[in-house]
Amino acid sequence: MLKKVICGLLCASSLILAKDINIAVVTHGADTDGFWSVVKNGVNAATKDMGVNVNYRNPASGDLTEMSRLIASAVAKRPDGLVVTIPDSNALGGAIKKAIKLGIPVITINSGGAYGKEVGALMHIGQSEYDAGLQAGKRAKKAGVKTFICINQEITNISLEQRCQGFADALGVKNNMLDVGVDPAEIERKVKPRLKDYDAVLALGPVATSPTMRAVKKARLGRHIYFVTFDLSKDIIKGIKSGVIDFAIDQQQYLQGYMPIVVLTQMAKYGVLQSGDINSGPGYVTKENVSNVEKYAGKYR
Amino acid sequence: MADERLGSESLYSRVLKKPEFTSVVGVIGVFLVFFMIAEDAMFTLEGVLSWTEQAALIGIIAVGACLLMIGGEFDLSVGSMIGFSGIIMAIMTVEYGVPAWISIITAFIVACGIGFLNGYIVVKTKLPSFIVTLASLFILRGLTVAISRLLTDQTLVGGVKEASEGDWLASLFGGEAFTGLFTYLAEIGMIATFDDGTPVVTGIKMLLVWWVGLTIIGVVILRLTKYGNWIYATGGDEQASKNMGVPTDKVKIMLFMATAVCATIFAACQVFDYGSADAQRGLLKEFEAIIAVVMGGALLTGGYGTVIGASLGALIFGIVNIGISYTAIDSDWFRVFLGMMLLGAVMLSNSVRKKIMRS
Repeated sequence: MLKKVICGLLCASSLILAKDINIAVVTHGADTDGFWSVVKNGVNAATKDMGVNVNYRNPASGDLTEMSRLIASAVAKRPDGLVVTIPDSNALGGAIKKAIKLGIPVITINSGGAYGKEVGALMHIGQSEYDAGLQAGKRAKKAGVKTFICINQEITNISLEQRCQGFADALGVKNNMLDVGVDPAEIERKVKPRLKDYDAVLALGPVATSPTMRAVKKARLGRHIYFVTFDLSKDIIKGIKSGVIDFAIDQQQYLQGYMPIVVLTQMAKYGVLQSGDINSGPGYVTKENVSNVEKYAGKYR
Repeated sequence: MADERLGSESLYSRVLKKPEFTSVVGVIGVFLVFFMIAEDAMFTLEGVLSWTEQAALIGIIAVGACLLMIGGEFDLSVGSMIGFSGIIMAIMTVEYGVPAWISIITAFIVACGIGFLNGYIVVKTKLPSFIVTLASLFILRGLTVAISRLLTDQTLVGGVKEASEGDWLASLFGGEAFTGLFTYLAEIGMIATFDDGTPVVTGIKMLLVWWVGLTIIGVVILRLTKYGNWIYATGGDEQASKNMGVPTDKVKIMLFMATAVCATIFAACQVFDYGSADAQRGLLKEFEAIIAVVMGGALLTGGYGTVIGASLGALIFGIVNIGISYTAIDSDWFRVFLGMMLLGAVMLSNSVRKKIMRS
């Protein structure tokens, strides 16, 4: 009985597929990362608004070679457009090049813009990671920061490393990264004992930020730690309001999900394509503008 | 007839009683589901290769894991071993300019050493291999991150392809086979081509060849050599086999070394095919291998199972894992669906087995 119900549901949903324009999205984002949930919300909203069919995939265990096979299977369906992130061009380059050679329009989002250009992707939608880190570092330097530690939850991702590198270069110090993984309790434990040696902490995303905030609170240093974070979540907004976090760099990733679907749909329909990339960020969220952002954090921002 | 052992068995019931039969049923079941719900693209040449590659990767480590499980032990460090061997090969080749074939051989020697250590500790301390290799899981993954950060300041080492260009051993792992055949098929219009007439699929990746090769080697060892009997005996009843003169300690240590070697073959295929290694590679692969082996009909308690079954289990895993991307199922539900399909496949083959055994 149950089997019949499941089959019924699945068969019905595969019938809905019969729409004109098919777009495939393959990202490297883990299912449980709040950041990617917002990107996916963007994809879903655009899917509805544009009335197209979109297939969103990501490797469950974060394995980039598996992501490469997901791209290959997306390409096998010959979609009207392909949206990809490129955290590692070595692992993904082959599959992406194949798509481009087959004449499938490719847009890179979030990471890998430079490589995408090199192999013939149409455009990149995201923010320059190194630049975002550099600007943030300059801001911190103005505030008197001399040393920092970078809390990296996804140490194998080159773009995250670039953020730290930019920040480090702005301060003129060595890029000091701490590999913390994605388990909140573990992050807190790893960060807490290290805080006393630094002026500032740079957390690379919501996954790393919430536990780091707890670590800062529990460490009771008796001085303010300059706290900069990338991207937004409810916790980060709270932190900015209460003054624990000095500012957050917002790359407005909702647009990274929404815009490529719009662009590819228009291209598939009428062959129109704007020139140039779309910079979705960086924007800065500080105590002054945080209330504007708050309403949509975690869902659309 | 007085003695049932003298009765002749029909071909039909002999086929049914093969331990592989149940996993064949599982494969057919999974195929049927995907025939119903997946798009046709899944069964084109490109589509088929996308999921057989996934199956091949699991299959390569499943062969080792299967032999070890029949021998009565587990190795949970397989995934970490993949990351570790991969980073050794990539760092030596790219950062230190060592010829790729030397890096590969070095990685295999190191892997044998680690496999030996795993086995030796299990055999000498009599601790459950589950615990010992769980420790190696952490140690090896930690070493992978630590060593790559220490030597290169990052955990992702790229550019292996350029550095290993033309290397004879590297192409044995990262290259493609039957390229001539595919060019020919493209010329006569049998398979899809780019606009310039070159085939979209240029060949079969070497990892598929390794998968088939390792499966054959595993079958030969288990079925045709005394070592096969020793492995079954060791996993079935260790004390009894010791009394019979089977060197069970040696058998187990060899099996641990074999799993580490399989993990390194996996790593070599990945590193030289995709051209990069990172410290996260192979995460959770040990469990995927174990799932494949169990779906193939092996018993977690040891002494029972077949290599062909394990390879078919890997095939089921590959079909389900990549096949989902050919359906309309939302990615949020990926793991739910994957888990349900795997459970369904195991239950199906298990119930078939019970029915056969009863008759």
